[in-house]
Amino acid sequence: MLISIFEMLQYDFIQRAFIAGLIISICAALIGSSLVLRRQSMIGDGLSHVAFGTVAIAIAFGWAPLEFSIVAVIIAAFFILCLNDNSKVNGDAAIAILSASALALGTFIVSIRGVNIDLNAYLFGSVLAISMHDLIASIILGAAIITTFIILRRQIFAITFDETFAKSIGVKVNLYQSILAILCAFTVVIGMKMLGALLISSLIIFPCLSAMQLSKNFRQNLIFSVTISIICFIFGLTASYIFAAPAGASIVLVNLCVFLLCFIYNKLR
Amino acid sequence: MSLIKVQNLSLSYHGHPVFEKLNFEVNRDDFLCVVGPNGCGKTTLLKCLLGLIKPTTGKIIFADNLDANEIGYMAQRHHIDANFPASVYEIVSSGALGQTKLFQAYPRQRIQDALKALKISNLAKEKFGHLSGGQQQKVLLARAIVATKELLILDEPSNNLDYRSKRDFYRILRELNRDFAIIMVTHDLDHHNLVGNRILSLDHDNPFFGTTAEYVRRVHAH
Repeated sequence: MLISIFEMLQYDFIQRAFIAGLIISICAALIGSSLVLRRQSMIGDGLSHVAFGTVAIAIAFGWAPLEFSIVAVIIAAFFILCLNDNSKVNGDAAIAILSASALALGTFIVSIRGVNIDLNAYLFGSVLAISMHDLIASIILGAAIITTFIILRRQIFAITFDETFAKSIGVKVNLYQSILAILCAFTVVIGMKMLGALLISSLIIFPCLSAMQLSKNFRQNLIFSVTISIICFIFGLTASYIFAAPAGASIVLVNLCVFLLCFIYNKLR
Repeated sequence: MSLIKVQNLSLSYHGHPVFEKLNFEVNRDDFLCVVGPNGCGKTTLLKCLLGLIKPTTGKIIFADNLDANEIGYMAQRHHIDANFPASVYEIVSSGALGQTKLFQAYPRQRIQDALKALKISNLAKEKFGHLSGGQQQKVLLARAIVATKELLILDEPSNNLDYRSKRDFYRILRELNRDFAIIMVTHDLDHHNLVGNRILSLDHDNPFFGTTAEYVRRVHAH
């Protein structure tokens, strides 16, 4: 296994993917902790479909895909946040409608304009597709998310555990939720290229779910989530190299195995 | 001067009045019980006092040294996933967040004092979801204490507690009343177990604000 890791790291594109992937794994684990614990996992899934739809639209019109998609996904994230605040609307259904509509619109526009770029890379992810540009984007994102979670860890805990109480003591709940929504949008769009639109949400959800089986407090949960996410990424990427399988799928399968192990451990102890 | 003075407070929801022209005040050593049937707006009134809901008309006047963000609030018991990773210490200390600046440390002594006052110092490292109902309520009360210097607002804190935990909980509240004014929504108005010195009834047919003794006399007269 170690030999395989060294062997694959000789390739330039894998080095890039390795660094970008590690950073995205950390980001997804942190963002995921706030989403899963607020019972908003579906937001990650919804946003990934919006991300794919908008990338397709951008490519069809010859716009910069990442930049266009990030703006659109941020708007979608705020839209979902507003819906969640409004008790009259069924939030789950709204997310489903939004994600399906974005996906349908993207597919429709791509097919009538006839695009020759391979959209499969965005759907299923591709290690080969990670450019220097993507690597830099992920480094900036990683720095932003890690800094946010270090500085705002107490605020994030308070709004995650009990939003009403946080509001009652004057914590600016909407501000922090907006910051998290923007960071989530960036994570989804940047992570999509590597893991694919269909699988990025599992990178957000799995590490936190696994960590929850083991941790006694919030701090521990964040640390475990990040650690599990990093380990699963390294094993997943190596497995994909050895078996010549897609990286996204391999990483998600390793995450699934780890989750099952954590789940069984929690039940047995 | 009173801690909170409420003048002509009315609130409508979708055009329907929830409560109208409420007048009452809370002094520093008061323990006010808010009573009334379901749906008469008890929780809504508390949320108005906390600034979470804007009243339609009327005024809530706070004493000079009381900030609306420095009220210790304990909401109605909500369901928290037993797997939610949060330790007792993390939860209790989060009460101080409103008064702590971004890069300032939490006031450790205050947090320890609150844990001690509720006799849950030994649970500090435990996972919240693993505690019993009574213990969980104590943790949420400790968090409310950390959040305030003057006033606790509690929404049916003894709901879902068995008889013994309830008695235990009320004893603690009476002790806390030496240091804090308390406003509490409750359904427990059996005459053997009256807590508080004042009662506010939001019952539309039987509105009342006065001392507990007066209220009891009135109930007996009916």
